Amino acid sequence: MPRVINTAAREEILQRIRDAKVPPARPVVRGYNRTGPGGVELFAERVADYRAIVRVVSDVPGALASLEGKRIVAPQGVPEEWLIDGVTWLREPLTIDELDQADGVLTGCAVAIADTGTIVLDGSEGQGRRALTLLPDYHLCVVREEQIAASVPEALQRLESTRPLTFISGPSATSDIELSRVEGVHGPRTLEVLIVS
Amino acid sequence: MARNPVTWLGSPAFPKAAREALQDTQLRQNLRRATGTIRGRREAAVAEMTDWEMLRVAGEQIKDDVLARLDTLLVELEESVTARGGVVHWARDAEEANRIVLDLCRAEQADEVVKVKSMATAEIGLNEALEAGGVHAIETDLAELIVQLGEDRPSHILVPAIHRNRSEIREIFQRRMGVEVSDEPADLAEAARVYLREKFLTTKVAISGANFAVADTGSIVVLESEGNGRMCLTLPETLITVMGIEKLVPTWQDLEVFLQLLPRSSTAERMNPYTSVWTGVTPGDGPQRFHLVLIDNGRTATLTDSVGRQALRCIRCSACLNVCPVYERTGGKSYGSVYPGPIGAILTPQLVGDLHDPQAASLPFASSLCGACFEVCPVRIDIPSVLTHLRAEVVEAKGRTPESVAMAAAAWMFREASRYEKAQKAGALARFLARDGKITSLPWPGSRWTSSRDVPAPPAESFRAWWRKNRCQE
Repeated sequence: MPRVINTAAREEILQRIRDAKVPPARPVVRGYNRTGPGGVELFAERVADYRAIVRVVSDVPGALASLEGKRIVAPQGVPEEWLIDGVTWLREPLTIDELDQADGVLTGCAVAIADTGTIVLDGSEGQGRRALTLLPDYHLCVVREEQIAASVPEALQRLESTRPLTFISGPSATSDIELSRVEGVHGPRTLEVLIVS
Repeated sequence: MARNPVTWLGSPAFPKAAREALQDTQLRQNLRRATGTIRGRREAAVAEMTDWEMLRVAGEQIKDDVLARLDTLLVELEESVTARGGVVHWARDAEEANRIVLDLCRAEQADEVVKVKSMATAEIGLNEALEAGGVHAIETDLAELIVQLGEDRPSHILVPAIHRNRSEIREIFQRRMGVEVSDEPADLAEAARVYLREKFLTTKVAISGANFAVADTGSIVVLESEGNGRMCLTLPETLITVMGIEKLVPTWQDLEVFLQLLPRSSTAERMNPYTSVWTGVTPGDGPQRFHLVLIDNGRTATLTDSVGRQALRCIRCSACLNVCPVYERTGGKSYGSVYPGPIGAILTPQLVGDLHDPQAASLPFASSLCGACFEVCPVRIDIPSVLTHLRAEVVEAKGRTPESVAMAAAAWMFREASRYEKAQKAGALARFLARDGKITSLPWPGSRWTSSRDVPAPPAESFRAWWRKNRCQE
């Protein structure tokens, strides 16, 4: 298949745009804040505002006892010491049905944003392809203190835009019924964030 | 030329539709409650940003830059998307876009597709076109699903089923899903989860819109809340994204402005639950075939109007709907278009591009020009100025009448604050014509107006004059 098709439409649209003769715009003034207070405390508070579970811990394996007896997805690249005994760890390759039937998923993240209480996954080591954090109903995400950016501009600067990115701010939610917020629709209904500080 | 499906065939002009909607007390109650809630929350979400005005200015300037360089940026986007394994299609109008998408579905042998909520596909009437071609499109956003199952029309940009309350939604779900469910929002959301789960896991083709496309990287961005977007963008084998040509930002850095402006303006959150970004095709992760359909459908015509083109800055947040006193009383369906409210009143007629279309031409008059829409707009679209400009054009198209002269004068006057004040002072003289605070007959040409309505007598002093005297610090 050619990679650009219907050339006639393409040429006509581009010509119409040129014919509109829009004058050049003024240069963009970026007078907004590039950074902010940041920090573990603000990040934890903002994540909790979305009704996600937040814990600040000093080490990861010691904080995973709640997973015992469960079937938990662990993407390639999660540190070996996180894979504690007593948990059935599900490893790739996994089918859609296997993911759908798992009890949860344990991942790291690429970046977090203190100002908005957001975690960002980019599919690299310890995070896996996007379906892994979508189908299980529970997502446990480990954030290291140094991964927390203060603001949205700082976070975007740290990310590689061409990777598949997922920004997650709390559990899935909807405001579609009378504009009142309800947590838990199609994505994981429970989000837990472990901040390693 | 085929008619633009951005307006619904057979819709009456706004005054008639509004009069009918005003009879519906349930609708008004539902809307007052919903818009009241979101207004308060938006104000709080914006108030905690000390740099909100600077973000708005940057948003405005970035979008103006996009409109000024649209041809080169679109070519740049096309290059970056194709370099990453995507296929780019161009569509001059709705019909062409629908045919492209239908052909792509047929090539995948899909008779069912899942859809992420998208204004662009609603604008071109994609679902109806696919259905006619034997492909059933399943809406997966909760509000869109409510509209689809209720065989209804959308009435809000962000929450298309805003006109429905919980008990009406319960009735639709029970009837169409064949399940027993309470009217608790959590139970209704659970019913939708169960209903759609299998569709997500088995459907091979998904269709989405785009909130933003980054020209220099080819990255496409979708903001959502429920996870239905992630399902559609991740699980199917083929993804078709339909977007208006104006939805670009030049660089990755520019997103830092819009990822702050959009969630606070639309759902009044610091950040929406999920934002997905993808660039072409990523081996081993997500759809392995990606098509991007760029649609014009009246946008390049809008671009030629130096006043009206600012409507193309719109990022579809719907804040202007939520603060509009006219929208709150008439509801979205009175506008007869997928774009209702203040932004719809300026965008729809420009996309239709026919000043003689009585329905579309009635929309710029669907406003009291109170200006609340401009104050909340995250990209500073001066909706009142565009409204008066379009009113003048509509009247002008009817030929030279007393009304056309008045409208042209009003548009000229509204563009400059000092002119507006002088006009108000002159207007105050009309008090001498009033009896009991009302003017029942004006001298010609005003008699054309007062023959069918009374005009309240202008106050002795305008609000602006009063403000300057009593409150102004300077």
